Amino acid sequence: MIVETQCSRFDSISLESGATLAPVEVAYQTYGKLDSEKSNAILILHAFTGDAHAAGIDHETGKPGWWDNMIGPGKAFDTDKYFVLCSNVLGGCQGTTGPSSINPATGLPYAMAFPVITIRDMVKLQRKFVASLGIERLLAVAGGSMGGMQALEWAVSYPEMVRASIPIATTTRHSAQQIAFNEVGRQAIMADPDWCDGNYYDKKPPGRGLGIARMVGHITYMSDESMREKFGRRLREKEKLGFDFNVDFEVESYLRYRGSQFVNRFDANSYLYITKAEDYFDLTNGSGSLAEAFERGETRFLVISFSSDWLYPPYQSQEIVRVLRRLNRDVAYSDLQSNYGHDAFLVDVVEQTDLIRGFLASTYRAVYA
Amino acid sequence: MTPAKSAGKTLAGRTDFSIIGEIIQPRSKVLDLGCGEGELLAWLVENKSVIARGVEIEAARVQKAIARGLSAYQGDINEGLTDYPNDAFDYVILSQTLQETKDPRRVLSEMMRIGRRAIISFPNFGHWKVRLSMLLSGQAPKTRLFPYDWYDSPNIHFLTVSDFEAFAVKQGFRIERRYFVAGAEKVSLMPNLLAEVAVYLVRK
Repeated sequence: MIVETQCSRFDSISLESGATLAPVEVAYQTYGKLDSEKSNAILILHAFTGDAHAAGIDHETGKPGWWDNMIGPGKAFDTDKYFVLCSNVLGGCQGTTGPSSINPATGLPYAMAFPVITIRDMVKLQRKFVASLGIERLLAVAGGSMGGMQALEWAVSYPEMVRASIPIATTTRHSAQQIAFNEVGRQAIMADPDWCDGNYYDKKPPGRGLGIARMVGHITYMSDESMREKFGRRLREKEKLGFDFNVDFEVESYLRYRGSQFVNRFDANSYLYITKAEDYFDLTNGSGSLAEAFERGETRFLVISFSSDWLYPPYQSQEIVRVLRRLNRDVAYSDLQSNYGHDAFLVDVVEQTDLIRGFLASTYRAVYA
Repeated sequence: MTPAKSAGKTLAGRTDFSIIGEIIQPRSKVLDLGCGEGELLAWLVENKSVIARGVEIEAARVQKAIARGLSAYQGDINEGLTDYPNDAFDYVILSQTLQETKDPRRVLSEMMRIGRRAIISFPNFGHWKVRLSMLLSGQAPKTRLFPYDWYDSPNIHFLTVSDFEAFAVKQGFRIERRYFVAGAEKVSLMPNLLAEVAVYLVRK
């Protein structure tokens, strides 16, 4: 399946902060075919550093999509049956308007003049995009981590447009620990002299800060156990300790490599804006209760958590389930056993595939019942 | 699969399932506590068009139930029922699990709170084979329905047909229907002695 990123342009979007962004572009990919009733569309929502290239082989880079093991013919999101969409989030740097986009007022990149955005704003733009394809109601929205936040936000903001929501390894609000890790990442970027208050687009980007931010991120995506299995205390291409500050351990080498690679594909300012959006995320919007947030609509839910995920621990998923149960809503929940930590949602596909395939099939059946 | 017409037919190899299938009205809202892999719920969805929900503690079973398309969630019925609002369901089913619950009284009163009716099935500890097994061996009884050794049995609250009847009176539950079976046969006489499994339809 060779795929290509496409782009849609919209006149403007008004944001939760009160600011307006005009114009705004959305980068997206589609897989499979929209049926004549336009009722088999599934919107995939990517995590923090993901992009629109969720599945298939990109015609330019030749690389597989970030969830290619889950999306495709015969897979969990079966493209023989469903029309699957994925778009880059607002504030991103992979084709959708973000801080690295050109500000029409100045002719220069927005940089820190880009307005602060929220998860709700991301979803609002996705709604515009979905509606522009003539789709009135999605069969499902699905995503892990920040993608899960969007899956929840969809069901709260536009319940009439979502038959089913699949939030995976996620939360209804960012916790102090989650905010704390994000803040370390942001401070690492902003402390890099190359950051230049965000105005680095014609210069050297703040690669050291962004690299460190990514290193911290990667630690939180793994688990104690998976790190022990993968690296242990193994030394990197040496027999004994170096007694210096070059790389001794495999794990150091891995993190440095991941950090340096990340700089090539991700914009530091997008890192700031998107982590801020995650930290602001609270489905109750600061007031009211979760029950009030979920009050409207008949969206059904499949909630999935992973036992070793300490960044978005299972208790946060169970909180979602508890609220939905209190409202007597249709919710399925499974806590999958895994050693991979938060990364499990990208790696552990066998059980997830069974769950999602069954859940989507019964949702789809109900449409035509 | 065809709908069970009599108690003699079995569903997923369990006679009480076929009785439960007979009791439940079409298009009702059903919660199955300890739903396993969702065999009963799947049958009820298929044949009675019910709105089905399930609770199961064992991860692998919940996954199978969800993979079937059922809205099951992983949780403990000893704790998990408090979240549901009153009268959330037309029927709450507890199939051969009562004897395994930590606090049967609480589970039953929660069932009556969240459901208009409860369907409870359990293996009858008063069956003559159980009595005979204990009388002759002098050891914790082992029979077809109680196959475990005392130390690895999931059953922690043994009860008989008479126990349940007395309990229902004491708690003020109204028994609407009662079914007794041994093997695949209905039992009508001396159920406390002859029934292997009892199924009760109860309301507040």
